Amino acid sequence: MKHNIYIYIAIMAAVSFIIRVLPLTLIRKQIKSPFLQSFLYYMPYITLAVMTFPAILYATQSPIAGAVALGVGIISAWFGASLFQVSVSCCAIVLLLELILI
Amino acid sequence: MNTNDTFGPEDNIRSAAFPKRRFVFKEGFLDGIPIGLGYLAVSFSLGIAARNAGLSPFQGFLMSLLNNASAGEYAGLTLIAADAAYVEIALITLITNARYLLMSCALSQKFSPETSLLHRLLVGFDVTDELFGIAIARPGKLNPYYSYGAIAIAAPCWAVGTALGIIAGNLLPLRIVSALSVALFGMFLAIIIPPSRANKVVGVFVLLSFASSYASTLLPYLSTLSDGTRTIILTVALSAIAALLFPIKQEDTDHEA
Repeated sequence: MKHNIYIYIAIMAAVSFIIRVLPLTLIRKQIKSPFLQSFLYYMPYITLAVMTFPAILYATQSPIAGAVALGVGIISAWFGASLFQVSVSCCAIVLLLELILI
Repeated sequence: MNTNDTFGPEDNIRSAAFPKRRFVFKEGFLDGIPIGLGYLAVSFSLGIAARNAGLSPFQGFLMSLLNNASAGEYAGLTLIAADAAYVEIALITLITNARYLLMSCALSQKFSPETSLLHRLLVGFDVTDELFGIAIARPGKLNPYYSYGAIAIAAPCWAVGTALGIIAGNLLPLRIVSALSVALFGMFLAIIIPPSRANKVVGVFVLLSFASSYASTLLPYLSTLSDGTRTIILTVALSAIAALLFPIKQEDTDHEA
């Protein structure tokens, strides 16, 4: 490994901190540009979606279990389950399925 | 015990603000317990990813304590695993945590104007989806001690959970590790699906993101890039398209919890 993990961590921490405190301290004005506003509005959902699929298929031993966990997660979140409930449902279905599949 | 379950006008008369602070802190702490439990489960799954990226339990603990970000840390780990350049780590952290910029914008309206810089920095340090949610849901101006109470339980759970994930990832049976690995993705789904239901454009772009993310693992040039780099490219491209084609109305940004 050429890069130092502590430097990675320091960079991540610094960027996260600056993003969070800038609007609370220096930037007190609203962002005016409709494009930038819209861009920032859509970005979180898109980046989380990009990271979820297909990565969830490779996170489990069996890709089928990962795919079913994706379905269970979408359905439970759609019907209003909390963050904790969605996460636990995904884990539980993988555990169950892999008992059968593997 | 004089923990005031009912605190009335006499609290304002009392010159010492301390009992009220302690009361508000305790309220925040209690509201933070379910959040902390959820964090413990999810950060455990993050720890498994951290172990795969080669982090020691202490490094994982430090990363989570300083970052407080599920998606940001996970994306960072995919790049660390690929031994990516430092500038790429900075970029992916910026992108995956951009939503906290919006939350902080909303939160800044929730502070009374005389809130000191120190309070702003400390509360800002741990703006997460959940802690932002409970802070914004409180009626009236935000007392920073409420956030401190919630942070006091949630932040250690997040950091310890990550370290435990790294340690126990080696000890637990493969079956259990496999099951716990999806906790993080469950958390992502819990964040993206409710707005997809409420807003068709978000829903369509979530589906498009799934599809293009999958496609990019197969396409000639894109598939040679690391997961983290692909995430950066796809996020910027799709968000720009969404913003150009479907600019939001002003009031939509308020709905960001």
